[in-house]
Amino acid sequence: MKGFLLSFRSEFYKTRKTIGFWGSILLPLLISILAFAMFFIKSEELKSTPPMILWIKFSMISLAMMGTLLLPIYTIFIAYSVNNVEHKADTWKTIFSLPISRWSVYGAKFAYAVFLVFLCLALFALFTIGFGNLLGTLKPELKFNAYHMEVQLMEVYFKLFLSSLGILSIQFLLSLLWADFLKPMGLGFVATIAGVTVASKNWEYSYLFPYAHPMEAITTMIKRDNKVAGTVSELQINMFTKDVYVSFAIAIVVFIAGYFIVRKKSVK
Amino acid sequence: MVIQTQGLSFSFGNQQVVKSLSLQVPAGSIYGFLGPNGAGKTTTIKMLLNLLQSGEGSIHIFGQELQANRISILSQIGSLIEQPAIYHHLTGKENLMNRALLLQVSETRVDEMLKLVQLTNAANKKAGQYSLGMKQRLGIALALLNDPKLLILDEPTNGLDPNGIIEIRELLMRLVGTGKTVFISSHLLAEIEKMATHVGIINNGELLFQGTITDLQNISQPLINIETDNTVDAANLLKRRNFTVTDIDNDHLYVPFTSKQQVGEINTLLVQNNITVFSISKQHKDLEKLFLDITKSN
Repeated sequence: MKGFLLSFRSEFYKTRKTIGFWGSILLPLLISILAFAMFFIKSEELKSTPPMILWIKFSMISLAMMGTLLLPIYTIFIAYSVNNVEHKADTWKTIFSLPISRWSVYGAKFAYAVFLVFLCLALFALFTIGFGNLLGTLKPELKFNAYHMEVQLMEVYFKLFLSSLGILSIQFLLSLLWADFLKPMGLGFVATIAGVTVASKNWEYSYLFPYAHPMEAITTMIKRDNKVAGTVSELQINMFTKDVYVSFAIAIVVFIAGYFIVRKKSVK
Repeated sequence: MVIQTQGLSFSFGNQQVVKSLSLQVPAGSIYGFLGPNGAGKTTTIKMLLNLLQSGEGSIHIFGQELQANRISILSQIGSLIEQPAIYHHLTGKENLMNRALLLQVSETRVDEMLKLVQLTNAANKKAGQYSLGMKQRLGIALALLNDPKLLILDEPTNGLDPNGIIEIRELLMRLVGTGKTVFISSHLLAEIEKMATHVGIINNGELLFQGTITDLQNISQPLINIETDNTVDAANLLKRRNFTVTDIDNDHLYVPFTSKQQVGEINTLLVQNNITVFSISKQHKDLEKLFLDITKSN
């Protein structure tokens, strides 16, 4: 456990000046600022919008971007970035000859990639809530203060986080095994396009394909309750849909398989 | 023995690159692991660090079996394999701090190491901007950070200027003085001869020779390289005076070196017999010749 924690801290220390780490902060910040600017400029047109719809419209700018292409591509990039630090510096041979178990090195690196994706999505939720409230204060005609959906936003982003774990585990393993940029990234992009396509066509088995999960997560997020249909006054988030379970299961299986591959692998 | 291997073998696909190696590295020695490029040196070193899997044979380090005691053994080893592995986007000091974090070593030790390899002034410069020699020195500092009992260095003087080479040599000799063992690989015989106490010579994956530096010197006798205006006359004259001439070509002739006095005698003899001597010097055999000699003596 100590080796794991030391390796995790070292991952942070190594990457804290790289685009992989800062991307996790800047991506949600920039997209949230963009959404803020759009609403700030168009406040006249939006002032008659009911508060709940206003919040939904505002948060959907980020959610729609993340749910389609951005989250899978960002996840692929993070998986590449945390492994590329070692490929580029030719440091696999040194980290595997330190008195730290291979399990700790591998586990900490994977956990760090998971942490970066979590950080990015947590900041998305935080910035959406923050900028929404800021808009409510700066432009009182926009009735952001009359409705609250902090919990739902956090739930949606947590659902997106869970739905990205399948992609992350696969891409993490590919980027660990292949030193070059093109193979894991190319495969990831092709799979993402395929995922978005099958999810948008509502193919019945798309929940089994990890690269379709972020989009599935967005389309299945609203709990549809027939009893209250037509009188939607409360938003309820359907967190644990079957695509989320599949994503989680794939992440666990690939992570464990990856460990056995790393344990048996020679470091060239 | 600090390192003891038996029947160590490794293949890349069908190509066997290490063949039944039995290394014996005594405690407190500087063990020079000598061989041309591609002889299997780096592969052997990677096996000693448990980086290569599925090899054959046994490895004992500090008397313990490597696979079963990996972590406790590795905690007492510092290593530098091939070109130094350095994060270019971090400064020299940050590279050391990152390793210090993993090995739980203090910042004071990091500063000491920077001073030892004379990188204190460049400590806050990005390692990507370092010269090859500076990177090599940083690599050595990284290897020494946890004060290891055994230091494994793969061609550490590669890319260093003559001053750098001398510094590294003196540093290693100082370290051995404090009870450490150094296992150092090189493709340069002269380099190894200057510091090693023990030598292992490997070619095509096979250990051709293993023993003390004195054992090696008995086989690898240096030569006197003589350049004169008349090589044939000079050779005949030396032979008449009972000197052994081992080799002769258009411009040079070679006599086995025994002492400095002997070099002086030969010079005087040639000059007194009206042969102009352009140059006369002690010369080490190159690896190729040494391999031939070892194979012959076996």
